[in-house]
Amino acid sequence: MSHDAFGVVPAVRTEIKLAEETFLTDDFVRQLINVGEVDILVGLPTHNNAKTIGAVVQSIQSGILQWFPRERTVIINPDGGSRDGTPELVTGISIDDFRPVSNLHALRTLHSISTRYGNSPSSSVALRTILAASELLRAKACIVMSPDSSNIEGDWVSRLLRPIRQDGFDLVTPTYRRHRFDGLLVTNLLYPMIRALYGLRIREPYTQEFGFSGRLGGEFLSQNAWDAATDEGGIELRFTLAAITGRQRICQSFLGQKEHIERRAADLVPALRQTVGPLFSALEPNFAVWSSVTASQAVTTIGPDPATLLESVRANRKRLREMFSTGVAELEAVFHSILSPSTLAELQRIAGSEESDFHYPAELWVRTVYEFAASYQKSVINRDHIIQALAPLFRGRALTFLIENRNGSADDVENNIEGLCLEFERLKPYLLQLWKSRE
Amino acid sequence: MREMIISELSQALLELRSGFAHYLPRLIVMLIFAFAGWLFGYFVKAVLRSILKLIQFDKLSENAGASQLLTKAALPSASEVLSRFVFWVVWLGFILLGVSVLGIHGLQEQVAKFFFFLPRLFVALFIMFFGLLAASFFSRATLLAAVNANIPSPRVLSLAVRSIIIVFVLSIVFEELGLAEETMLVAFGIAFGALMLGLAIAFGVGGRDLARSFLEKKFVRAKKEENEDELSPL
Repeated sequence: MSHDAFGVVPAVRTEIKLAEETFLTDDFVRQLINVGEVDILVGLPTHNNAKTIGAVVQSIQSGILQWFPRERTVIINPDGGSRDGTPELVTGISIDDFRPVSNLHALRTLHSISTRYGNSPSSSVALRTILAASELLRAKACIVMSPDSSNIEGDWVSRLLRPIRQDGFDLVTPTYRRHRFDGLLVTNLLYPMIRALYGLRIREPYTQEFGFSGRLGGEFLSQNAWDAATDEGGIELRFTLAAITGRQRICQSFLGQKEHIERRAADLVPALRQTVGPLFSALEPNFAVWSSVTASQAVTTIGPDPATLLESVRANRKRLREMFSTGVAELEAVFHSILSPSTLAELQRIAGSEESDFHYPAELWVRTVYEFAASYQKSVINRDHIIQALAPLFRGRALTFLIENRNGSADDVENNIEGLCLEFERLKPYLLQLWKSRE
Repeated sequence: MREMIISELSQALLELRSGFAHYLPRLIVMLIFAFAGWLFGYFVKAVLRSILKLIQFDKLSENAGASQLLTKAALPSASEVLSRFVFWVVWLGFILLGVSVLGIHGLQEQVAKFFFFLPRLFVALFIMFFGLLAASFFSRATLLAAVNANIPSPRVLSLAVRSIIIVFVLSIVFEELGLAEETMLVAFGIAFGALMLGLAIAFGVGGRDLARSFLEKKFVRAKKEENEDELSPL
């Protein structure tokens, strides 16, 4: 099929000229020209994911074949310098490989394009590449998929795309069936704080799997600064926040079970940097939006509500407590700059309490987070140090969450999270007070 | 004899009068310089104080750890100390200019030395301030990293980093000021060497278990219980 048949080549060429001046490689742009205009773009950022990428690509292709056989589709794979042949696997998997098995037939060619943007992974550059490709190819709907989802199914593609293609939503965030102690940072900080501040109950505001309209992608591409701050990570959360503050149509879609991923203690600080950092830094430019929100409302959810798995997971509570207590004692001087004297005194009391009496109450946790947010805005010390200092306190809160929900049912866990959310909402005036008064 | 005394006395009085008449205008000029210097210094101090307040210099100084030092020495805030210091430098500069007008031979040389020394003093103060800032930043970064990695004695590590940087900064400051360069070089060598030796011994003797645990974690397959201790935060 010639490009002229699409009738878009001149426009693509004009924009490619702009792209050439920016960051897309000539080869990548050339491949995009060969594809022409598309309806659906699937972004698949990778970095050394050879073990899982095959299954992921096949699931995506299967989903496209099954649910969108008439749509012009492209898979864009921005790769951060894989050395295990991941890009070759992405482009090498043909839709014909499983067509005889699945008995599915595509009416359009499904293209896969891979481009290496650097020698180290960067979620920001990867998303920027996807957005730029989406704009060049005038994609109507896009999804971004995680390359290491071991249990991804073809349905996921449909569940993320349909709300955009059929119902006109601009952003589709996922919900999952997760273990009750998975994603503790999401359930104990991101979800409740975003809900309290911006008034929308988005269960997974930070995710590697989401869908968005071409229009939202284009707006974010042109409005986001793409500076050093965005390179630090957490671009996915910035994207969600941009959609919220831009008053875009947002919905949630249930995907299925999210595999439990064990992470070592060292992963907490990068996780905080990728999530809490962007969340705090967005507070200042979005002050006019969040300061006027007084209550939260549910977001349209497609499919069942997020579910909780109750299987037992081993967690070293002793270590969490030890790291909390050590952190409170050793970082006293740092906390003096960040926290109010009463909050710090309370934390010191908890750190000195007996193991059986250990309890980091929701109200104190919320006050802690809000004081951290205000200190971050005022840059009382280096901002990255503020984020790092939150890690031991989060461990204390995580420990309390584990203790409180050790024997609880799925409803109990949900009620616990809901209680924390309400506490974040109740104490929002405290954050506003800190925001306005603190020098 | 009497006439001789009277004549000498008159001569001396005449010389004194002539000397006084000679120096009086210079003295007045010097006083005018001193007064003008006071006024100018006061003006500079007020302007500087406003600028420092505007750029939140006290917060920067607090971050650098300089404010804590000043508080311990019962001194006012960093911006106040700097404003006053600049006031005195300006005023003293004007006074010395005035003194040089008096034409006292030996004093002129000292005045020239003072003005020659001023830029070095400012550079030294600049190095000192940013050195303290760097010491504070890196020691806090070490403390946070050590606490989050669950490394024993994080405060000792942090203090060691701060001490090394401060010793290094002090040696540069003294070299810039040209004060006891050789002594400082030797002192720095001894202090730095002693610190490194101390750390090496401390790590070797006190950190055997830590080193073993570190190496085990690094090279031996992680033990079961170590994998159990953290859940996915995201």
